[in-house]
Amino acid sequence: MHSLDAAFSALADPTRRAILARLAKGEATVMELAEPFQVTQPAISQHLKVLEDAGLVIRRVDGTKRPRRLAKAGIEAMDQWLAMLRKALERNYHRLDEILASMERQKKGEKR
Amino acid sequence: MSKLILKTEGDTHVVVTRRFAAPPEAVYRAHLDPKLIQKWMLGPEGWSMPVCVNEARPGGKIRYEWTNGKGRGFHLTGEFLELEPYSRIVHVERMHLPDPTPDNHIETRFDAEGTGTLMTMRMTLPDAQTRAAMLATGMERGMEASYVRLEGML
Repeated sequence: MHSLDAAFSALADPTRRAILARLAKGEATVMELAEPFQVTQPAISQHLKVLEDAGLVIRRVDGTKRPRRLAKAGIEAMDQWLAMLRKALERNYHRLDEILASMERQKKGEKR
Repeated sequence: MSKLILKTEGDTHVVVTRRFAAPPEAVYRAHLDPKLIQKWMLGPEGWSMPVCVNEARPGGKIRYEWTNGKGRGFHLTGEFLELEPYSRIVHVERMHLPDPTPDNHIETRFDAEGTGTLMTMRMTLPDAQTRAAMLATGMERGMEASYVRLEGML
């Protein structure tokens, strides 16, 4: 049982969100995950441990390799994250809707 | 009035579309006039933009600074590349978190649609990895503010 808090804490770090985004495209090893980041492999392993403890990422044993993939909770967490981003952007545009409406009212007022 | 659509395209693009019930001229102005921008480009409740510099000409500077009034904040800088009055804005921008993120090249189109406007914002990132990181980090502006707020809640 993983708490929502642990999932949110895990998502609070941009590198961990980027790791999740990478894993959303498919399974990857620590080396593959470390490559695009300016971060050492031990640092990536540390981030992966946080993600695993939060139940967002699962490891598989494949010979000497331990490829990671997204857990169902990890997929849901990323979906929630994107929905939150969309909502934040939508909030801006709702405000813009109101400003545009008041601009239109002003314009009509001037014409009168 | 209409939903925001946010989708990825190819390896390096993010496309956002949104319709507005006002003509392109008004929507275009609301994207360039600092006094108007400061009223809407804010992200979550409680955030404000005390600094908004927008030199609306090719080569002109962009600087937006956000704060939550409780000691948290971040800023964005950029430059305008092209401006076609009422129909198109092209600019580059980067977030400072505090390290600058890779440049995001953004073309924003305002097309008349009936009595309203269809806005299409097409972002181009340097590579697929940067795009994934940007989506993961919390996209620009309001999105980024919500990321900062999330951190604040923890």
